[in-house]
Amino acid sequence: MNILVCLKQTFDTEEKIVIENGEISEDGVEFVINPYDEYAVEEAIKIKEEQGGEVTVLSVGPSRAESALRTALAMGADKAILVDDESLFGDEYTISKVLAAVAKRDSYDLILGGYMAVDDGSAQVGPRLAEELDIPHISTITGLEVNGDKVKVEKDVEGDTEIIEASMPVLLTAQQGLNEPRYPSLPGIMKAKKKPLERLTAGDIGINPDEIKAKTEVLDQFLPPKKEAGKILEGELDDQVKELVQLLRNEAKVI
Amino acid sequence: MNFELTQEQDMIRKMVREFAEAEIAPKAAERDRTGEFPQDVFHKMGELGLMGIPFPEEYGGSGGDTVSYAIAVEEVSRACGGTGLSYAAHISLGCSPFYYFGTEEQKKKYLIPLAQGKSMGAFGLTEPNAGSDAGGTQTTAVEDGDEWVLNGTKIFITNAAYAEVVVVTAVTDKSRGSRGISSFIVPTSSPGFKIGTIYDKLGLNASNTAEIIMEDVRIPKENILGKLNEGYKQFLITLDGGRISIAAMAVGIARAAYEASLQYAKERRQFGQSISKFQAIQFKLADMATHIELARNMTLKAAWLKDQGKPFKKEAAMAKLFASEMATRVCDQAVQIHGGYGYMKEYPVERHYRDIKLCEIGEGTSEVQRLVIAREIGAS
Ligand SMILES: Cc1cc2nc3c(=O)[nH]c(=O)nc-3n(C[C@H](O)[C@H](O)[C@H](O)COP(=O)(O)OP(=O)(O)OC[C@H]3O[C@@H](n4cnc5c(N)ncnc54)[C@H](O)[C@@H]3O)c2cc1C
Repeated sequence: MNILVCLKQTFDTEEKIVIENGEISEDGVEFVINPYDEYAVEEAIKIKEEQGGEVTVLSVGPSRAESALRTALAMGADKAILVDDESLFGDEYTISKVLAAVAKRDSYDLILGGYMAVDDGSAQVGPRLAEELDIPHISTITGLEVNGDKVKVEKDVEGDTEIIEASMPVLLTAQQGLNEPRYPSLPGIMKAKKKPLERLTAGDIGINPDEIKAKTEVLDQFLPPKKEAGKILEGELDDQVKELVQLLRNEAKVI
Repeated sequence: MNFELTQEQDMIRKMVREFAEAEIAPKAAERDRTGEFPQDVFHKMGELGLMGIPFPEEYGGSGGDTVSYAIAVEEVSRACGGTGLSYAAHISLGCSPFYYFGTEEQKKKYLIPLAQGKSMGAFGLTEPNAGSDAGGTQTTAVEDGDEWVLNGTKIFITNAAYAEVVVVTAVTDKSRGSRGISSFIVPTSSPGFKIGTIYDKLGLNASNTAEIIMEDVRIPKENILGKLNEGYKQFLITLDGGRISIAAMAVGIARAAYEASLQYAKERRQFGQSISKFQAIQFKLADMATHIELARNMTLKAAWLKDQGKPFKKEAAMAKLFASEMATRVCDQAVQIHGGYGYMKEYPVERHYRDIKLCEIGEGTSEVQRLVIAREIGAS
C-alpha cells in the first residue's frame, strides 16, 4: 500500500506568541509536527507495520520544516518530500494545489493528514486536496481499519460514533483520539538521516506560481486582549442573580 | 567553531525532553517520597534505545555519541534527579567497562542486554575504607582452580539491587598496591553474593543505592574483565567518562530549579508587585541562567572532545567540578527565591536542593576533581 501523509511544521503548542511589527516572531521558537498531523503519521506507520507498504511524508514550507519531516522519518516513515519554494507558499487554496500537484506524480492508495493545523486552524487543506484529486474524503476520524481496498473509519458525531466505509483511494483527516503517537526511537533517529528527502520547486512539479496565488490576504494580526481579573458575586442568592443579570446587560452587554 | 547541535542531536534532545516531561516528571515527587525505583521508566527508555546511546548497534546500543548521551542525561535529570543518577550510572559505570575493556565474548554476553535496557548496570568500587582513595581497596579475589573467589564489601553502589551482574574491583596482588587491583564480572545470583543495606539518603530517592556483601563468591576464571591487575587504570578511565554524565546531571537538576524559580518569581507578589520586579531576585535568576549556560557548554565540550578521540580528562573534571558546584548554588538560591514555600515539599525546589548535593560527591568529590585538574595543569 502506498500511503501519503501531508504534514505541516507548526509552533510548539507551549510557545508564547510574540507579535513584532505585525508579524509573528519566530525567534527562539521550538517547532513541532502539527499535533493532528502527528496522529496521521502514526496511523500511516501503524498500517505499514501491520500490512506492509510505503509511507511518504510531504510538507510545503520553509527549509526549517525539514526537521519535522526528519522526525516523521525517525518515527518510521520511509521517504520525505519538502516543497520549500517560497513562490509556492500561500493560503489553503495555494497549498492544496501544490500538494495535489505532488500527489499526482505518484499514485497513493491512502492520503492522511491532520484535520487542521493548530496555527491557522482553517481545517480546509485536507478536503480541498481531496477535491483537487477527485477522490472521496472523510474528516476528523478517531478510528481506522484497512481491509483490502476498503477503509472503515470511526468519527465522533455529537457525542455518538459514526462508522463510515469507503474504497481507496481515499483521503482521511485525523482527529485527537485516533492513536497515541510514538516517540521516535534512537535507532529511528539515527536511520532518519539516511532516508531520502526530496526537495521540490515550482518547476519540478510543473506549476506556474502566478496561477495559484493566494485567494485571501492577511490584513492584520494581533493578540487577544489580556484577560481581566474575574468577579465573584457575593450576598444572598437572589441578590446575586439580580446583580448578574444587571452586569450581563450593562457591563458585558451580552443580553 | 560551531555551537549548533547536529540534526540528530537536536532530535534526540527533543524526544528525550518530551519523553521525560510526559513519562518521568509527573511521578518524580512521589518517587522521592516512596523511594520507588522507576523500573517501568527504564523499560520504556530501553525500547527507545536510550539505555545504550553511546554504544554501537552490534553491542545493543544506538550508535549515538557522547554529546547525545549528555543531552539525554540532562533532560532525564531535569525531570527527576534520582532517575537521572541511575541512568547515568547505568551507562557510564555499568555498561562502559564492558565496552572499553571487555573481550568480544564479554561484550556480546553482558553489554548487549545492558545496552538494550533489559537489566540495570552497576559498578562497585567504593568500600568502607576506600572512597576517594580507591587504591585502598580491601576486597580480595583469589584464584582457586578454574575460579576466582571474592570476599569483601562494597558500599554506596548505584543500581546494585536491580542489577543482574555487577563489575567490582578487588585486590589480586597486594604487593603491587594500586597496580594489583583487577575488575571482575559478578552475577548477582552467585551464592555468597548479598545485597546488604539499601541506604536511606538525603535525596535522589528514586535511585537505588545499596551495599554489596561478598562471602566466598565463586566466579569462573573468564569473568575477569580485561587484563589482570589493570583494574585501577580501568576505573580511572571509566570515571573520566562518568564525570561528563554527572556534570550533565547537575545541569539538568539546576535547570529544573531555575525554571521553577523563574516561573515562581513572576507569579509571587509581595509589596504590590511580582518579586521578579525586585533587582535582588532578578540578579539571582541572571546568575543562575549564566552558570547553567556555562556549565552546559563545558559539559558538551568535554563530551565533544571524547567523541573526537581527543584527551578529555581535564575538561571532564572541570565540567563536573563547575557544574556540580554551580548547581548546588542554583538549588540553594532557588529555595531562597521561593522563601518559606521553597522549604516545603509541596514545591519541587525542596527536592532539587536535596538531590543536587550528590553531584559534588559521586564519581570523585570536588576536592578530588581539583586534584585531577591540578595534576593535569602541572601544578602538583
Ligand atoms: C548516592 C551515591 C551513589 C554512589 N554510587 C556509587 C557507585 O555506583 N559506585 C561506587 O563505586 N561508588 C559510588 N558512590 C560512592 C562515591 O563515589 C564516594 O562516596 C566518593 O567517591 C567519596 O568517597 P567517600 O564517601 O569514602 O569519602 P572520603 O573519601 O572519605 O572523603 C571525605 C572527604 O575528604 C575529602 N578528601 C579525601 N581525600 C582527599 C584528598 N586527598 N585531598 C583533599 N580532600 C580529600 C573528600 O573530598 C571529602 O570531602 C556513591 C555515593 C553516593 C552518595
